[in-house]
Amino acid sequence: MNLDKEDEMILAGEYGETRQKMMEILVALGKVFGAESLVPITSAQISGASYKTIGKWGLEWLSNLDAKVAVPSVLNPIGMPRENWQDIGIPKDFADSQNEVIAAYKRLGIRLECTCTPYYLNITNYGDHLAWSESSAVSYANSVLGARTNREGGPSALAAAMIGKTPNYGLHLFENRMPQVAVEVEAGAKYANHFGAVGYLAGKLVGNRIPLFTNIRPSRDQLKAMGAAMAASGAVALYHVKGITPETRLPTFKAVPSETITIEKSDIDELFKEVDVDAVAVGCPHCSPDELAKLAELLDGKKVTKTFYVFAAKGVKSANPEYVAKIEKSGAKVVEDTCIVVSPAMDKFDTVMVNSGKAFAYVPNMCGCNVRIGTTEECVDAATK
Amino acid sequence: MSFTIQGRGISKGAGTGALLKSREPISFLSGVNPDTGVVIEKGHPLENQCIAGKVLAFPYGKGSTVGSYIMYALRRNNAAPSAIINDTAETIIATGAIIGDIPLVDSLSQSLDDVADGTVVTVDADSGTVTVE
Repeated sequence: MNLDKEDEMILAGEYGETRQKMMEILVALGKVFGAESLVPITSAQISGASYKTIGKWGLEWLSNLDAKVAVPSVLNPIGMPRENWQDIGIPKDFADSQNEVIAAYKRLGIRLECTCTPYYLNITNYGDHLAWSESSAVSYANSVLGARTNREGGPSALAAAMIGKTPNYGLHLFENRMPQVAVEVEAGAKYANHFGAVGYLAGKLVGNRIPLFTNIRPSRDQLKAMGAAMAASGAVALYHVKGITPETRLPTFKAVPSETITIEKSDIDELFKEVDVDAVAVGCPHCSPDELAKLAELLDGKKVTKTFYVFAAKGVKSANPEYVAKIEKSGAKVVEDTCIVVSPAMDKFDTVMVNSGKAFAYVPNMCGCNVRIGTTEECVDAATK
Repeated sequence: MSFTIQGRGISKGAGTGALLKSREPISFLSGVNPDTGVVIEKGHPLENQCIAGKVLAFPYGKGSTVGSYIMYALRRNNAAPSAIINDTAETIIATGAIIGDIPLVDSLSQSLDDVADGTVVTVDADSGTVTVE
């Protein structure tokens, strides 16, 4: 791999042991994946932020690092809200370990935004190269924003953050971003509120290929829901929607997949089973300002009769205090920093209702409870019944 | 008589040990005890064998990327393999080999099928070579 003079010096250890190790990681991955060079990135998003996932050895490794990140860098959701973690029933020993992980990342210069929606922080533009790691964030950045990132692991995202570059392979290269399979959604328009379910079904059929949706017109929030679900039930890091996502409008875009998959209406209907639930959780991925507004409107003047968690990035929550106040007046809770999947908060329930195809895919294994999917309206109905 | 096989060096350094081969991929997270280096994955061909100090050869890594941190844990607990040989290195093992200071080579030009387990092998990841004693 071609390195510039400064990168060679980092690799030789002239900028300290931590940077040297980080460069070694990038060079090794470049070798493994056949990258010819490193490409500068504009931001990094680092997974392995919950103590539930990295454990004591990950924490020790992080604590021994001695360098600062070179580009704006944020974290994936952690296992609890940083403040008032007691409110959602987090045990104290977990909270103590989690706080050590946070302190270790802070020392490295990482912004303590713990979110799967770093694109709401306005740090990402079309064509930017990134090193992001959370699967739904990677999918949104690639597909909806037209930025370019592979799905990084925690250490490789951190290495890229500290060097400010990542190996130039995979989805960083335009020729690797063309669709490989076409997807048609039967009765596309009728299912406007069901894009999470569409993504859940599509991900299972598409696997790790790049799909091109041909007959749907989702909004940005609907794209977010659909992409997150496809990245959970499959391994889709980039998808295109004809006429909607930015790269499909480029003259150089080659939309000629040889295979077409159809998502049947009956398969979607089958997912929407009416069963009793004892908790409702939305915000997977974390809510946008528009989604908070919609929840505030739906919950206005109502009282929840069950636990109702709304997950959002801390920055989005604090920028929208009126919506948050309205939602919480109903008895629902808006929770920052953490999420349905990575916190231990949902584990105690029997059946959780979600409006997310991604949560629908993960809750049974990650939280050990049953899951029901519905639209946002149906979630509010179930919570206030 | 010793002979040397050329491969591709992924991490740094050199290590010598008795060869231990697995035809199955290895998941370090929940597949290997980080305190002892004993393989604990049920039904794995290496189940109950200790990888500490061995030259460990397996096709590639599987499972969670958190597995890289387990390779670091093995180093800290003096239970790491002396070196690793992969058919094809991927992200988890490549990253883990670097943060765990374990020499790693892959893509050997000649298979190790005819080299018995227990044979002393030296891996030089700087030159990308494997020398069979």
